[in-house]
Amino acid sequence: MLRQALAIFSKDLASELRTRYAINALIMFVVVTLAVIMFALVGETLSPGANVGMLWVVMFFAAMSGLSRGFVAEEERGTTMTLQLLASPSAVYLGKLLFNFVLVGALNIFIVLLFLITMENFSVAQPGLFWTVMLLGSMSMASATSIIAAIIAKANTKGTLFPVLSFPVLLPLLMAGIDATRIAAEEKVWDNAWPDLQLLLSYLVVVTTVSFLLFHFVWKD
Amino acid sequence: MQVTAEGVSKKFNRRPVFHQVSFTVEPGEVFGITGRNGSGKSTLLRILGGLMTPSAGKLLYHMNGSALDPELLYRHIGYVAPYLTLYEEFNAEENIALYARIRGLPLTRKEILAFLARVGLPTDRRDPIRSFSSGMKQRMKLLFGILHQPPLLLLDEPISNLDSSGMEIVYDIVREFRTRGTVIIATNDAEDIAQCDRTLTVEGRT
Repeated sequence: MLRQALAIFSKDLASELRTRYAINALIMFVVVTLAVIMFALVGETLSPGANVGMLWVVMFFAAMSGLSRGFVAEEERGTTMTLQLLASPSAVYLGKLLFNFVLVGALNIFIVLLFLITMENFSVAQPGLFWTVMLLGSMSMASATSIIAAIIAKANTKGTLFPVLSFPVLLPLLMAGIDATRIAAEEKVWDNAWPDLQLLLSYLVVVTTVSFLLFHFVWKD
Repeated sequence: MQVTAEGVSKKFNRRPVFHQVSFTVEPGEVFGITGRNGSGKSTLLRILGGLMTPSAGKLLYHMNGSALDPELLYRHIGYVAPYLTLYEEFNAEENIALYARIRGLPLTRKEILAFLARVGLPTDRRDPIRSFSSGMKQRMKLLFGILHQPPLLLLDEPISNLDSSGMEIVYDIVREFRTRGTVIIATNDAEDIAQCDRTLTVEGRT
């Protein structure tokens, strides 16, 4: 299964690098959103807590605009059946999950770097904690959005359905992620972030496990 | 591979497509599925390929006397259909290499080029297959179906878009595959039907 998943992941990566199906849209979304935020904040400085909230808002909506592409692109190109004939459902899900993780991970690093460069009053007191939260947040976001993307791929109104279905599912992740990021940005003590880290890790394990169990039913028919 | 369908029915929502279809296809047999447009030939083929679940009835697959796990059916079938879409952003060689990699087939570049030549495709074209003609795409689909030498080959309108040399390649493949497995063809074409040992006419319900 791992061999098949890695082959599907490398296929998606090669396809994305060749077609720029999601990358261009995501980069444009992030740059335009940050530009709008900067125009809106001319002469004003956000508090560190508000900066963290803004960071997660951009990460969430960037994910919403690009992370469904893995399954939606297969459906729109008509290659879903080809993939069904080639590999097991578990391998397909794992391959798509890996691709989404790489995509959301790279995207979140890009967003954080842009925030560090452009936003005043945005700094990180504990880089270790900050990047741990980013890693867990990115993995959880990739896991949850992968299964939701598979569910909505066959729908006619997928563009609307994706954020509508994703928001309630991602809510625990967003709450824990925002709180842990705020602690990493403002406080010097790791201990305060443990409950959030435990929640993020539990969320990742539960969502990934449930997704693996459900994907078979979503993928067929 | 022996394929048995027992009372297979399919409905889309409440609309019945076909009802209580039963048959057995023995190893080495070329079996034809015919029927008027909309009777459910392609739907039945999709069900046989594990791509769709029947509304009622069951399907059994036996290979060398033992039952196959339906979850692993994708390993043992080759499926060729006009509505199958390949990865058009990649060239022919990249497509074949991708399918081989996913299926775990250790194909060398020389072997991939030999496969391309076998279905009459040029071995020196580097452009994505989206620029191929519909006949060339159909040959690529044929290659997609036979690459892993499956014991069950499911062909839906296999000669659509093909010229006479393409048709001859399809029939060569059918003759070759019947020696090592089973071939099921969904078609209304007289030449395709002539390749079959037996045919079943699907009576669609409207």
